[in-house]
Amino acid sequence: MKLEELLLERASQVLKRWTDLIFDSYPADARRFLRKQEDPFANPVGSAFSREIETFYREFIGPANPEKLSAALETVIRIRSVQEFSASGAVRFLFLLKKIIREETSKEVRGNRISQDELLALESRLDDAALAGFDLYMKCKEKVYEIRAGEARSQVSGLLRRAGLISEVPAWDSEGKKSTLG
Amino acid sequence: MAEKIMKPEEMANVNHTPPLLSGWMHRPVEIKSGIYCYPAKPASLEYVSFPHAREWSPMDEDWKLPPNWKEIILEGLRERLERFRSLKIFMDICVRCGACADKCHFFIGGGDPRNMPVLRAELLRSVYRKEFTTAGKLMGEIAGARELTVDVLKEWWYYFFQCTECRRCSLFCPYGIDTAEITIVARELLNLLGLNIDWIATPVANCYRTGNHLGIQPHAFKDMIDFFLDDIEDITGIRMEPSLNRKGAEILFVTPSGDVFADPGTYTCMGYIILFHYLQSLGFDLTWSTFASEGGNFGYFTSHEMAKRLNAKMYAEAKRLGVKWILGGECGHMWRVINQYMDTFNGPADFLEEPVSPITGTKFENAKTTKMVHITEFTADLIKNNKLKLDASRNDNLKVTFHDSCNPARAMGLLEEPRYIIRNTCNHFYEMPDNTIREQTFCCGSGAGLNAGENMELRLRGGLPRANAVKYVHEKFGVNMLSCVCAIDRAVFPALMEYWVPEVGVTGVHELVGNALILEGEKKRETNLRGEPLPGMEEEKDV
Ligand code: SF4
Ligand code: SF4
Repeated sequence: MKLEELLLERASQVLKRWTDLIFDSYPADARRFLRKQEDPFANPVGSAFSREIETFYREFIGPANPEKLSAALETVIRIRSVQEFSASGAVRFLFLLKKIIREETSKEVRGNRISQDELLALESRLDDAALAGFDLYMKCKEKVYEIRAGEARSQVSGLLRRAGLISEVPAWDSEGKKSTLG
Repeated sequence: MAEKIMKPEEMANVNHTPPLLSGWMHRPVEIKSGIYCYPAKPASLEYVSFPHAREWSPMDEDWKLPPNWKEIILEGLRERLERFRSLKIFMDICVRCGACADKCHFFIGGGDPRNMPVLRAELLRSVYRKEFTTAGKLMGEIAGARELTVDVLKEWWYYFFQCTECRRCSLFCPYGIDTAEITIVARELLNLLGLNIDWIATPVANCYRTGNHLGIQPHAFKDMIDFFLDDIEDITGIRMEPSLNRKGAEILFVTPSGDVFADPGTYTCMGYIILFHYLQSLGFDLTWSTFASEGGNFGYFTSHEMAKRLNAKMYAEAKRLGVKWILGGECGHMWRVINQYMDTFNGPADFLEEPVSPITGTKFENAKTTKMVHITEFTADLIKNNKLKLDASRNDNLKVTFHDSCNPARAMGLLEEPRYIIRNTCNHFYEMPDNTIREQTFCCGSGAGLNAGENMELRLRGGLPRANAVKYVHEKFGVNMLSCVCAIDRAVFPALMEYWVPEVGVTGVHELVGNALILEGEKKRETNLRGEPLPGMEEEKDV
């Protein structure tokens, strides 16, 4: 049996374990909500994770469509980039899949029904995906900073800038009463 | 030798935080950049005589609190419990059913449990129990009570400036507990110690001094209007002549300064100017004011008193100019202040008259006491009475959806009027899913003074539920424009869209009106108010 076939056959249990672990990276109260609320508009994070994690898995194990694969990864990381995680915390879930796969296939590997090489090859592909995950995380963070900088500029109308009417926000002297702009 | 391999479950480094409302008191708050807003500049606080203005940093251990800080807070709380019966009730009756817990956009998008409304309220309620209830005094933590310490104060500051006072949670509470009001009072208490944020304090000081948040002075206001007139003339061939500070006009128009000074609000402002020009020949008599040049009221995000002081300025200007009533622009919290507070703040505005549309004769009975009418009510009434000639095809390049801004939707029930206008000025309008609009609308994530830049991660996660619904209509119907009737929305949605749905732009409703209105004697329009070619004109306009 080929590794791919085995993993697709076990897709539902692998995915269940994996998404559970991803939700476990949130505090208990959030975890319950993320898992249970199925309405995609009431729970955009939980439903995006369940959906995209499955897409990622099936694309990754099956014949990969690189665009779909990276779009799925990006959706998850884009969300985690603005949540409470450090960089490693945001992409850790990819490493978890590696462990899950290793456990799920250990019997077959020990019994030589799946070759060790095949597993190693898959694992190193996953390492690549994790590296891509870090890049995506950086890309999202850079976007946040870019938006911050851009917003400061656009919060004042282009017309106002064109007219040279921009001046600093008025400051007051130590008495707190007089404007330096008169 | 078998190497110990960590189980994936171990590796996930599960943070076993305690379940709902137990143990949270012992988790110390960790203040993070990207989430908190910078503290208020002392000068801004001093300008409006707020106490304990000083330089301090949230990241420092020492917040330089006055020695009697605890007394100040507890006395402040005691006063407010006496003054606001609602507060006392909200403190007492929560049964912790959890119905509100998963309704806050910050919790939904971010997953931090202290952003569950019930827990946010509990931050204050726990101290209330300790100090003001017998059970709390005797039984302490078992009764959900805790001592007010510096750490608790820091936690308050961090989390009460992570609430946009949007009131979505209150919609789901069986008792109608309004966490926004709890936040309002908590911020008032923090303000007693000079613990305000700059994005609120400086606009407040500016508004108090010059009449608008940016501190822009009357001549610059006029210059901006002149620029709009130039652009409008280029687009329509008509030179319009709006009046400024004209005594004896029938109506005073007040809008958020964002419409005059910040894109894309400026296009909405051009829409107002065009509409008022159109109505002039029908006997419409309106003036703008360069002094009451702000509809928004950031005072409301610091204290009731400050909100009252800023609100009074609009009415003082109405009195000075001798108008009959006030027409208000597309703004969010200005309408909550007018609709829910004005009458007791500064009302009744007896010197004004009950608003009547001079064009249709419609009496705006809902504005009987405040004397201030929302422009979408006014314009919807014009359309309903066939007073406007509109060419909706000029907006055919747009597939529009509508965001109900929290305050107009939940605080004044303004749901149909903007939609009615959009349907009459655009041919392609698509609603977002039901549980994300109207009363259940999701906040932009940046309201109540949280539209600073330094808290961008907070804003992006808080805005995620809204953006998610926009993304849905974008993917399903090709929606490319998010319309709204709030200046904060117009200022913050471009950032939110850029992160989550970059294909979607942002517009005010009266920008759509300005595009669609067919003016007497206008030249053939080739572009919209943004200077982009109209549908079918792409070739003709050499851009
Ligand atoms: S819904 Fe109301 S009663 Fe229930 S926990 Fe929330 S505030 Fe308390
Ligand atoms: S008022 Fe809005 S921001 Fe504040 S707790 Fe309720 S839902 Fe959250």
